[in-house]
Amino acid sequence: MINVKEIPDQELLYGHKACPGCGAAISSRLVMKIIGQRTFLAYPASCISTVTSIYPQMNFNVPSMTAPFAATGAVLSGMRAGVNAKGIKNITILGIAGDGGTADIGIQSLSGVVERGDDIVYICYDNEAYMNTGVQRSSSTPYGATTTTTPAGKKSGAIGEQKFKKNLFDIMVAHRISYCATASIAYPLDFMNKVQKAKDVKGPAFIQVMAPCPTGWGFPSNQTVEIGKLAVQTGLWYLAEYENEKVTINIVPKIFKPIEDYLMKQRRFKHLKEKDLAVIREWRDHEWQFIKKRYLNM
Amino acid sequence: MTNQENAIHRTFISGNDAVAYGVQLCRPEVIASYPITPQTTVVEKLSELVANGELDCQYFNVESEHSAMAATMGAAMTGCRTFTATSSQGLLYMCEMLNYVSGSRFPIVMMNANRTIAAPWNIYGDHRDSMAMRDSGWMQVYVEDGQEALDSIIQAYKLAENCDVSTPVMVCVDGFVLTHTYELVKVPKQEEVDAFLPKYTPTDNILDLDHPRGLCISVSPEWQTEFRYQQYKAMEKAKEIIPAIDQKFNKAFGRFYGGLIEAYKCDDAEYVLVGLGSVTGTMKIVADSLREEGIKAGVLKIRFYRPFPNEAIQNIIKNQKGKVHIKAIGVIDKAVSFGNHGPVYSDVKAALSGFLFPKLNFIAGLSGRDIKKEDIKEMYQKLICVSHGEETTEIQFTGLRWKE
Repeated sequence: MINVKEIPDQELLYGHKACPGCGAAISSRLVMKIIGQRTFLAYPASCISTVTSIYPQMNFNVPSMTAPFAATGAVLSGMRAGVNAKGIKNITILGIAGDGGTADIGIQSLSGVVERGDDIVYICYDNEAYMNTGVQRSSSTPYGATTTTTPAGKKSGAIGEQKFKKNLFDIMVAHRISYCATASIAYPLDFMNKVQKAKDVKGPAFIQVMAPCPTGWGFPSNQTVEIGKLAVQTGLWYLAEYENEKVTINIVPKIFKPIEDYLMKQRRFKHLKEKDLAVIREWRDHEWQFIKKRYLNM
Repeated sequence: MTNQENAIHRTFISGNDAVAYGVQLCRPEVIASYPITPQTTVVEKLSELVANGELDCQYFNVESEHSAMAATMGAAMTGCRTFTATSSQGLLYMCEMLNYVSGSRFPIVMMNANRTIAAPWNIYGDHRDSMAMRDSGWMQVYVEDGQEALDSIIQAYKLAENCDVSTPVMVCVDGFVLTHTYELVKVPKQEEVDAFLPKYTPTDNILDLDHPRGLCISVSPEWQTEFRYQQYKAMEKAKEIIPAIDQKFNKAFGRFYGGLIEAYKCDDAEYVLVGLGSVTGTMKIVADSLREEGIKAGVLKIRFYRPFPNEAIQNIIKNQKGKVHIKAIGVIDKAVSFGNHGPVYSDVKAALSGFLFPKLNFIAGLSGRDIKKEDIKEMYQKLICVSHGEETTEIQFTGLRWKE
């Protein structure tokens, strides 16, 4: 287990240009603390590449590269094959990608690297939209969120995003991946322990970490952690892991906090009416019924 | 190598097998594979060589051509010699990755089995796939037969890995006509290839734990031009290095392809046809027979389409006394640039813009349609007619089923 006192002081990500309170930057910093310096890192076109690696700037203090948007998984496969060919031992082949680069354009490549069983770690920081290009909807955008491509209509009554969030965790479990987890930057110890497991396990490991985005979601930059906690406490995000062919739900809230506590703190949900909130509540309850039945024998 | 030894190593193999054996001899450390007709038997053969322990290599199958090139690049970043192969739709699917690899200066070698592109759907050969990738920053070499396919793979690594070049190479092999045709091919010995192409020593453009660097970085407008200029200069440098590599290859293996171009009977030629790839074999046969009839026919085979051999082409126009002996020149394009000349013709015409003799463009051999000897003969005849002042259209579709 990770002990806070033993977390290294050394920063392997610093000096970047991310917005204040950026969840993606927080998650990447924590990841690097656990994964360490013996790492080859690939990040596709995303906020994290844009804020860390514009020539001649380089904010990750490990060998790193900007991957093609659609092909982070394939690049990781190639890197792993390369270090195997070169006989380089004790090295982590790491990918850090956003939700668009993972759940949408990168999913074929992610599926490929996981199916092949390559020894890699893939971190998806999930800020629930294409933030780097200016808050466009991805398949990870939650129901009801207004984005620049799913705007809430003033007269039409359009509620913004009309689909529910794609479940990447289940997709990874279906691959019988060596290790996968969901996490949140608001639960850093839980997250870092998962990163440690992902690093240690043989074969592919995948973590989807909820990374609230003050700019895209519309909340003050000092509330990233608070928002992240509320997502879990309201049951709209869940912390889980899959290892040794078994799913564990790390936090099972006894009572959910009201979803309004989470949603109404964010600009992207401010337009929602009670009937819309009812839809989200119903979706949450249905999801948790599924989780309890399938994973908790409840 | 003596002739007797050569004879021992002549093998009756397909063009794709020739490519695979060429790759094997170059000892790649990583191969990412994805099948597509008519390339597939290349990666099949390589997988067999690996499975049989005849090639020590990290070989793996990926989920798409885009991923094949991305994975190959991932391996190249670790300092490995790499290979992959594709064709047609697969090459187009890779388009993004081709630019990525060349812009990041990784010396990857890839074989492309030339095949047309859909729609209409068709698996047979023409050059529309690779011509569409003209500006991807890859060098492109087109081969005439199985032997040249094998030899060009070896030369391609030598070229790509030259630290003044550091640019990927696409070896273009005509689909079916070469890939699936069996010929006698001399397969060099491993030690000879090892001597010609030593173990790959990468530049510092690699991921290195001791010296963390950022590769494939983003570059702002302030620096982008300088990065592109270096890419441009590398291609220009390649123009000098390609003939030198071919000469060196000739010394080692006794085969020479003319460097950037092969000028066949062009010294005194009055009518020259220009082509790339397998069709140039037929063109030479027709030129020979026309010469027997007293017509001074020549063939200009363009090996390297990128970098484009402007100067080499200009040099065949005049004889040693500086007199222009060419009366008309024709260019066969196995590709179409809709709304303009064929792609090769555009370049040849530009290279010869200072010469007033007539020039014609023959669009031929699309989607695997045969370019017969009679077709080529007719092209020469059209050159003769146009040189005598006969009016004709500049761009002609050979063998069109209806007259216009």
